[in-house]
Amino acid sequence: MSEHKKDIDAHSGVATTGHEWDGIKELDNPLPRWWLIIFYATIAFSVVYWVMMPAWPTLTGFTHGVRNYSDRAVVAQELSALKAQRAPEFERLMQVSAEQAEQDPALMNFARAAGKAAFGDNCATCHGAGAQGGKGYPNLNDNVWLWGGTLDDIEHTIRVGIRSTHADARFSQMPAFGKDGLLTEAQVTDAAEYVVKLAGGPAKDAAAVRGATIFGEQCAACHGADGKGDRTQGAPNLTTGLFLKADPAAVASKDWTSLRGSIVAQITTGSGGVMPTWEQRLDPATIRALAIYVHSLGGGEATVDPAAATPAAAATNPTR
Amino acid sequence: MDGSSPPPAVTTHRLIAASAPAHDVERADVEAVGSVAYRKLYKKREPIYPKAAQGVFRRAKWAILGVLLVIYYATPWIRWDRGPGRPDQAVLVDFAGRRFWFGPIELWPQEIYYITGLLILAALGLFLFTSLFGRVWCGYACPQTVWTDLYLWVERRIEGDRAAQIRLAKQGWTLDKIGKKAVKHAAWLAIAAATGGAWVFYFGDAPTLVREIFTGAASPTTYGFIGLLTFTTYALAGAMREQVCTYMCPWPRIQAAMMDEQSLTVTYRKDRGEPRRAFRKGESWDGRGDCIDCKQCVVVCPQGIDIRDGLQLECINCALCIDACDAVMEKMGRPKGLIAYDTDLNMDRRSKGAPERFDLVRYRTVIYALSMVGVAALMLYSLATRQTLQLNVIRDRNPAFVTLADGSVRNGYTLKIINMQPRARDVTLSIEDAPGAVMTIPGATVAGDVAHLRAAPDAVTETHVFVALPREAVHEASHTITFAVSDAVADADGRIAVDRNPTAFLSGVHDDD
Ligand code: SF4
Ligand code: SF4
Repeated sequence: MSEHKKDIDAHSGVATTGHEWDGIKELDNPLPRWWLIIFYATIAFSVVYWVMMPAWPTLTGFTHGVRNYSDRAVVAQELSALKAQRAPEFERLMQVSAEQAEQDPALMNFARAAGKAAFGDNCATCHGAGAQGGKGYPNLNDNVWLWGGTLDDIEHTIRVGIRSTHADARFSQMPAFGKDGLLTEAQVTDAAEYVVKLAGGPAKDAAAVRGATIFGEQCAACHGADGKGDRTQGAPNLTTGLFLKADPAAVASKDWTSLRGSIVAQITTGSGGVMPTWEQRLDPATIRALAIYVHSLGGGEATVDPAAATPAAAATNPTR
Repeated sequence: MDGSSPPPAVTTHRLIAASAPAHDVERADVEAVGSVAYRKLYKKREPIYPKAAQGVFRRAKWAILGVLLVIYYATPWIRWDRGPGRPDQAVLVDFAGRRFWFGPIELWPQEIYYITGLLILAALGLFLFTSLFGRVWCGYACPQTVWTDLYLWVERRIEGDRAAQIRLAKQGWTLDKIGKKAVKHAAWLAIAAATGGAWVFYFGDAPTLVREIFTGAASPTTYGFIGLLTFTTYALAGAMREQVCTYMCPWPRIQAAMMDEQSLTVTYRKDRGEPRRAFRKGESWDGRGDCIDCKQCVVVCPQGIDIRDGLQLECINCALCIDACDAVMEKMGRPKGLIAYDTDLNMDRRSKGAPERFDLVRYRTVIYALSMVGVAALMLYSLATRQTLQLNVIRDRNPAFVTLADGSVRNGYTLKIINMQPRARDVTLSIEDAPGAVMTIPGATVAGDVAHLRAAPDAVTETHVFVALPREAVHEASHTITFAVSDAVADADGRIAVDRNPTAFLSGVHDDD
């Protein structure tokens, strides 16, 4: 860009910058004034910004600016404002019973929304975002409940947890029949065959007959003579085919080869899952909202009428 | 700046030509500011002082300007009684309430396609008019033209016509000049503010808003938009004017594709005008053109161009040069129409001695007209048969389906019942083509696959519905079931509103088991 060989473009009559790239030269037109004004305005703005807002790092921290602004403080403020705004509804939720709350559309809507948010934060990790569960983690949408599906049952379970550290935790223990040598491998297989039969699967007759005897001796005490389980001690109903400890895909497609394997494994190890107690982590109103949310997922049971516990009635629960 | 040798005196504002005229036609010794010969890519804006024109087209333009401004300012004040609880403004775009009110028509956000239809109609109308009459939109109806005209009128009231304005511009800053400029800009700003003010009235109840605006109770958004439109009106009509048409507006470029050699445009009939030359009394008109080079067409042009340079992108076809030249021709005793609405084809024909003709009916115009009729008919039909009860179904995705203890399969759906009537509706919700289906709706009585619900007036009512099918009824991984809502009573027109919506019912089951 030396002055002495100022290159004037013949076509436009404008000086070029003097650089040339593969025969292409750049015209040295002045910048538009409006552009320059905006450019200087941005510089002025940034200076004002440095003075007003946190801008520069220092050795020990950063310059806070005249406004001493902090995104973190703003978020904290907004959160507490939100909490304060919701407080009256949470309060109302605890003033009535959970059933009454369900009858009040406004309160029900609030509880469902609050419950859904709390579910996403706390429960979805195990039960899934849609509460659809997984192998070993109960599906909360269906009408199969180990410890009861009424509002009170659900609320209590969330509070104390299952096999948790809580003193009143829901607790059940299935023996590890195979692992601990209570039954031989063949006996385990036979018992599993009988469970297949109970669940309406294609059982091998001879094995199932042998298994029935073993079931009567070892399993009926908890699961009941008819295999329908016992909610007072958290013993699952084995006749539904909706096995908790099996792959949900196999349950849905009734893949009996896979299911049979899962039943054998469960009788062998007697494993039981753990659900934490939420009493220390969540406040009572949030737990209630959670219970209402889970209860509204479609499988919740009515409190008063024990007859509603029969599967068909519960599926179409008319009270809700 | 441009580096090239500067053009010869671009604008010399002398009013009387050197050669004494032998007639009372005013002569201007000027070059058009935007004349083709001196048009440069990078050039400072040259001020244009268009002279007031008088004539047929000027009068027509004043009339159109008046009508358009009245429509713009008065429309928000037209009332329309829609009954209690509904706005009584005839034209209202209610963003907060998500409604568009247009007289008897109420549009919901999902019916925005009617607006699309209107825009398509407007575009086709523009195409049709452009192919027939060139840039009539630019010349007469475009807001840029209308408001610039209004601003020019105000300017002339205060500063006088072209000659006085030029004098004022050249003179030093006297008190008189400062006063005139202050009054002018104040008047311009007042018009601009009124323009912005009227704009916001389309988006809220005008009487309420006007009170709020003056008491300082209106929302910052309202003031913001008034400010924005005040600024744009002032800047575009006061300061930028012809630059908007020449540099900012896409329409001059687009219209080039709409026009053909049969479109009417403001044309200098060079076949008649050339060779141009100043006219001396007693001179014969033989062997010379009718243009006496008085440049009255140039000084009235708000775009600062010379129509005699031919068809130009800058020309907005405002026809003021026609008025100017017609007045000259009258004084000279020559036929009017040296500058006139004409077509390229006719110039060609005349030069070959063939008769002129202008066809309104051409392939292009017929296609545009038919498309307009088609779109309008389609819109009218859809408006007349519009559903006022609609059902949207959103299937729960997570979980997609739930197997229940007795083997039956359950799906969940969120239903949105859209009631566009101002009355609450008792609707029947049923499931079709799914025998044995059992519906569960929290808070509603359900008998098997039929439920009765209440749809709130003029609102979307949302309900969550569970549908269970017994295991025997499920044969495939995906079934189609159809939800239907129907009103309990007939509408005013005697029809019972019904809407159906098929959706999928997923089971995870394959029919072999
Ligand atoms: S076209 Fe008409 S107005 Fe323009 S210079 Fe010629 S005579 Fe005058
Ligand atoms: S040339 Fe004539 S029609 Fe075109 S903008 Fe100028 S005055 Fe209007």
